Amino acid sequence: MIKVEGLTKRYARTVAVDDISFEIEKGQIVGFLGPNGAGKTTTMRVLTCFLPPTAGAANVAGFDVLKNPLEVKKRIGYLPETPPLYPEMEVDEYLTFVGRLKGIGRPELAKRIDEVCERCAIGDVRKKLVGKLSKGYRQRVGLAQAIIHNPEVLVLDEPTAGLDPKQIIETRELIKGLAGDHTIILSTHILPEVEQTCQQVIIIAKGKLVATDSVSNLTNRLRGSEAVAVEVEARDGVIDPVVVRQRLEQVPGVSRVIIKETREKRHGFEVESLQGRPVRAELARTVVEAGWNLNELRPLALSLEEIFLQLTAPDQGEAEGGAK
Amino acid sequence: MKNVWIICRKELKSYFVSPIAYGLMAFFAAISGYFFYIATAIFVTRGVESQMMGRGTPMDLNEWVIRPLLMNVSVIGLFLIPMITMRLFAEEKRSGTIELLATSPVRDLEIILGKWFAALIMYACILGISMLNLSLLFVYGKPDWKPLLVGYLGLLLQGGCLLSIGTFISTTTRNQIIAGVATFGICLLLWVFDWVSAYETANWAKVMSYLSVVTHFETFAKGVLDTKDIVFYLSMIFFGLFLTSRSMESLRWRS
Repeated sequence: MIKVEGLTKRYARTVAVDDISFEIEKGQIVGFLGPNGAGKTTTMRVLTCFLPPTAGAANVAGFDVLKNPLEVKKRIGYLPETPPLYPEMEVDEYLTFVGRLKGIGRPELAKRIDEVCERCAIGDVRKKLVGKLSKGYRQRVGLAQAIIHNPEVLVLDEPTAGLDPKQIIETRELIKGLAGDHTIILSTHILPEVEQTCQQVIIIAKGKLVATDSVSNLTNRLRGSEAVAVEVEARDGVIDPVVVRQRLEQVPGVSRVIIKETREKRHGFEVESLQGRPVRAELARTVVEAGWNLNELRPLALSLEEIFLQLTAPDQGEAEGGAK
Repeated sequence: MKNVWIICRKELKSYFVSPIAYGLMAFFAAISGYFFYIATAIFVTRGVESQMMGRGTPMDLNEWVIRPLLMNVSVIGLFLIPMITMRLFAEEKRSGTIELLATSPVRDLEIILGKWFAALIMYACILGISMLNLSLLFVYGKPDWKPLLVGYLGLLLQGGCLLSIGTFISTTTRNQIIAGVATFGICLLLWVFDWVSAYETANWAKVMSYLSVVTHFETFAKGVLDTKDIVFYLSMIFFGLFLTSRSMESLRWRS
């Protein structure tokens, strides 16, 4: 659906995007991830034909952004970082304007507006001035604007930036609901967002492509070993954390035990195990059989956040697999 | 063409939901009303004087009232035009809505024409107010309406040419005030260019005088349709819109 090859965008002094290539299949939600200033917005602007690339090619829905911009624009819905709203218009009026601009005929338009209003949950503000809406509503009107012509591709630039937690969850649900009919690219620097909404991640930093893979692959690939957090409490009296550690180390499959925190009765440990060796059941049994209380037993998944830091950190690749 | 109209309607709406349209109309009504009063007052006193002197020559309303009035209106236009055009692109750039327009399936030219037409219609609405004054002349006298029509055509052409320049300037900045001030400066320059011809007859003075938008209006005010002046205005409009489209394209390469 989207094919980018060797895309480069140079400004007067800086290179915003440097030789990026990726491909996105139909119906996917792809997270476009990178720290601020990594070139996410620039790439999106090239895809939406707002900026022409300096070098390389981008193909959206079978059309080249340079040769056939009008055809690309017909098939793409774009929500920029700040929703492009006219504060002096009513929501209905605004959506009518955008719908007409995107080439929807009059008879069809009313139906489309009803549909997107329902989908984006803005039915109750349709007669309000856009300028008077709260940030969350504005974002949703922006999203409604992007999907009004039922585009094949949806490009969302930081769709959840600046929203409150409830609105963030709602927006994410909304985006997830749009997948399937639409191919969606969303940029963000918030990592859990990608874990929660996307099937595929494209990570860029400083204009360069760092990694592109499915979310689960990426997490697995970078996880050399598995870690478990364990908290042990003495049933009566005091226990020595070193004793507990020795005991835990004897569990088959465990490679390393680190004492994280010790209080008088309770001690926290981080237990690392070899990949593919489930140790949690055995750990639990060991602790209980030793006559201690098991307060906590929690798998420490290597979050995308850590992967991201590893990948984008300077002078450090994926070599250090089992980092925390 | 459909897209031009969509953009044009949106621009017109935003003129008329904001106080700009009404403010400009009120300002223009006051000023042009004042000039109308002066022109008719002079006409009446002169008329009475010449009758007392016993010279029975009939005085021409077109020459005494309409022509000076049209000349004045053309100069007032120079002050109104920056306020009409300053927001056209500067505001879209500031609020980021330019991204919506530029990523919609419409051509740059359609956006520019839509905005320019909206500005022209807005200007025509403002000029329309002065017709109220002039219609009084038709109630109490018999002025010739054809030169008047030519005069208004001239005002529209002159306005269109300055509006296209204002539209261009609006694309160069995201600050409305800067766009407004710069447009005002250019409008003023294009007006006073003509003044050098008062003392200088060299070729460069002729060129400057030729560039002055107001000189070309004089023939229209007299009720004369001169192709030379029509061509001047049309080519200026074309030039202004051409600059706008270049400037808009450069936005994409630079921003």
